[in-house]
Amino acid sequence: MTSNPMKLVALAAVAVTGILLLSATPDFPAWGDPQSPASTSAMSKHYITESRFETQVPNLVTSVLADYRGFDTMFETVVILVAGLAIIGILRRPFQPGPRKVDGKKEPDLIQVVTCRLVVPVLQLFALYVIAHGHHSPGGGFQGGVMLGASFILMTLTGGLPATLARLPEQRALFLAGLGVLIFAGTGLLCMMLGGNFLDYEVLHRIMPGTGPVMARSHSMLIVEIGVAFTVCTIMFSIYAILSSRGEMRGGL
Amino acid sequence: MSLELVQDYANYWAYIVLMMIGMFAMISKNNLIKKLIGMVIFQSAIILFYVSTGVKEGANIPILSHDEVHPAHHGDDHAGDSHDAPHDKPHHADAAALDPARFSNPIPHVLMLTAIVVGVSTLGVALAIVQRVYTDYGSIEEDEILEQIRPGAHD
Repeated sequence: MTSNPMKLVALAAVAVTGILLLSATPDFPAWGDPQSPASTSAMSKHYITESRFETQVPNLVTSVLADYRGFDTMFETVVILVAGLAIIGILRRPFQPGPRKVDGKKEPDLIQVVTCRLVVPVLQLFALYVIAHGHHSPGGGFQGGVMLGASFILMTLTGGLPATLARLPEQRALFLAGLGVLIFAGTGLLCMMLGGNFLDYEVLHRIMPGTGPVMARSHSMLIVEIGVAFTVCTIMFSIYAILSSRGEMRGGL
Repeated sequence: MSLELVQDYANYWAYIVLMMIGMFAMISKNNLIKKLIGMVIFQSAIILFYVSTGVKEGANIPILSHDEVHPAHHGDDHAGDSHDAPHDKPHHADAAALDPARFSNPIPHVLMLTAIVVGVSTLGVALAIVQRVYTDYGSIEEDEILEQIRPGAHD
C-alpha cells in the first residue's frame, strides 16, 4: 500500500481550497486601508482614543489585553497552565535506571558554561524589564515570561537539567504556575469582593493608597501581568524539561 | 493583473500559499512530527493574516507618547506620583482628540498574542503525545502505527 494516492488526493484538495481562497481575496480590504471595517469599528476607535483617559497606559495593546479584554487573557493563562499539567499527565514517569538509547551524560563544555554565565543574568534582567515596562513599550507578561523561561532553558542546555532543577525544582515551578493564575483570578475576585464586577479594576482604588480609579487600573494591569509572567515562565521551562528528558527529569538533551 | 491588484492583495496571496503548504503537510505527510510542523505553519499563516488586517497606511505603532497620554493643559504636576488626584474624570472637551488613523489597530495584535500562546501550548501537548506514541508503538510513521493498530487494514 503506497501513500501516493493519499498524496494526490491531498494535493487536489489543497489546490481546490487554495484556488477558492485566492479567488476570494479581492473581497478582502486592501493592504493598509484606513477605511477597512476592522479599522473603523467603534471598538477600535474607542480603544485608541479613550484608553489614555480611562487607563493612563500608553501601550494600547497592553491596555486592551490586560484591562478591556482581561477576561480573555485570564483564560489564556489558564490554557497555558492546563497545557503544562496535561504534559505532566501524559509523560511524567518515575526514573527507570537502565540502558538508555540516548546518552545524555557529558561534561559541560567550558565555553558554553562561561557564555551562559554571562548571558543569563542579562537575559533575566531584561525579561523583568520587559514585564515591568509593558505599559510604556512593547512588552508585558507574556513576552517577559517567555524570556524568563528561555533563560532557564538556556541554563538547562548548557549546564544540564539536574543543575537547573536544583534552582527551580519541579514542585516549586508548578506552585509558581498555579500562583500566577491565582494572582490573576484573585485580582478579579478581589474586585468582586469590593463591590465591582469581576476584573473591574476601578474599585481597587479603595485599597490602593494614593491612587484614583484610573491609576488603580494601571497598577492592577501590572499585577495581573506579573501573574501571567509567573505562569508562562515556569510552564515554558517545565514543558522543555519534561519533553527533553522523556518524562523522567533526570538527564536529557 | 494590474499592479494595484498585486499591491493591495499580495499579502493575502502569501498567507494563503503558506496556509496551503501547512494543510498539505498536515494531510499527506506520514511522519507525525512533520504533520505537527504543518500545523505550526498553518497557525503562523493565520496569525500573519490577522495581524495584517490591523495595518493602516502611514500609521505608527499603537503606543502613545507621553504627551498624548497626558495632554499639555495640565503639564505642571507631572512630578507628582498620583496623576489623577484632583482630576479623575476623562477630559474629552479640552484635550486634542487622537486621530485613530495615526495608530495601528491594536485589537488584532491582542487577539494574535492569545493565538500565539495557545498555539505554543497546543504544540507542547502534541509533542508530548507524539513522544508517548513513540514509546508505546515504537514508531512515529503513521502507516507503521496503523499497521500495529489494525493489522492489514487499508486507510
